[in-house]
Amino acid sequence: MEYLLILISAIFVNNIVLSQFLGICPFLGVSKKVETAIGMGTAVTFVLTLSTIVTYLLQHYLLIPLNLEYLQTILFILVIAGLVQMVEIILKKVSPELYQALGVFLPLITTNCCILGVAILVGNGTYNAQGLQPSLLSGVVFAFATAVGFGLALVLFAAMREQLSRVNVPAVMKGIPIALLTAGLLAMAFMGFSGVV
Amino acid sequence: MATRELVHKHGKELHMNNFKIIINGIIKENPTFVLLLGMCPTLGTTSSAINGFSMGVATLFVLICSNTAIALLKNLIPDAIRIPAYIVIIASFVTILQMVMQAYLPGLYQTLGLFIPLIVVNCIVLGRAESFAASHGPWQSALDGLGIGLGFTLGLSLLGSTRELLGTGKIFSYTIFPENYGMLIFILAPGAFIALGYLIALINHLKKA
Repeated sequence: MEYLLILISAIFVNNIVLSQFLGICPFLGVSKKVETAIGMGTAVTFVLTLSTIVTYLLQHYLLIPLNLEYLQTILFILVIAGLVQMVEIILKKVSPELYQALGVFLPLITTNCCILGVAILVGNGTYNAQGLQPSLLSGVVFAFATAVGFGLALVLFAAMREQLSRVNVPAVMKGIPIALLTAGLLAMAFMGFSGVV
Repeated sequence: MATRELVHKHGKELHMNNFKIIINGIIKENPTFVLLLGMCPTLGTTSSAINGFSMGVATLFVLICSNTAIALLKNLIPDAIRIPAYIVIIASFVTILQMVMQAYLPGLYQTLGLFIPLIVVNCIVLGRAESFAASHGPWQSALDGLGIGLGFTLGLSLLGSTRELLGTGKIFSYTIFPENYGMLIFILAPGAFIALGYLIALINHLKKA
């Protein structure tokens, strides 16, 4: 039950993009088409879940026993950058079809701040575990749900922007300003979920 | 490589003096309103003017330090691994900032929370390292860091002030109109998107006029 609560909370109530403001760059950058949004969402889900497992293990079996917690930021970003590179190489060998679909998004993911953000939250145990003790399992469920929330927001936003590209907007509002207003409305809609969990 | 040469040539042609480098970062290449980089802290920390301002100053510190260090070390770093090397340099300065803030400003560190370690993945910092510090001297790079940092601080303070004013009737906790007339939505998440959207539109309009 608690795991279900973590899922609902991270996907809808505390959506990473629309209420925590992490991962705004890809949210604004790769949201012109629904297809690319789905690709990006899948790639993020894959990398975020994997990187959270690796960084959690590093934090608890390397940094904490050696009293090196202050190296967290440097170590995590390096591990994430390396991991993304590795996933790219493995995917290219093992599954060329999947690589075709996700390949272009993988290099972009290193600079996606929701990956490092979630890794730090889970590593420090400061995420909302819905009453559970922070552990690897609940951390991974949280990371997966966060990534699904990211993908959901991205796909919804891309669908809205596809419609927006067909209408006339005032010249000064074209591009980013109108996209931001749309995102604001979407965030308002997601606010309706507050209090559900 | 090509972009680096281009930027280098561009920089030489302009013969930018020190003052121009700073002004360039604040107005012509303002990170918030023109380059549209570093959107996460821009939206996430501007629920009040003082929070936005503090986040801007924290980024300013990292920008000046990382730009200077990268300009000094650029000849020692092999070209193929320059991006990971830059990230390590930036992450080191962010760690220093984290430790200093934890020691002297624990309250502010709590408020800004996750966004302080996330300066590492702020595209502005890595962007300036790659497009400016990698092709200029340490003094000019430090000035570029100062200019871009000031531009970012200005952008965040402006957005923070707008949201605080519309939401609670205050700017930097100084009351402008009574709080009951404020629109709460501007303090909450959707208000960040909406306020920034209108501010950028306003700036586009002013640029045309």
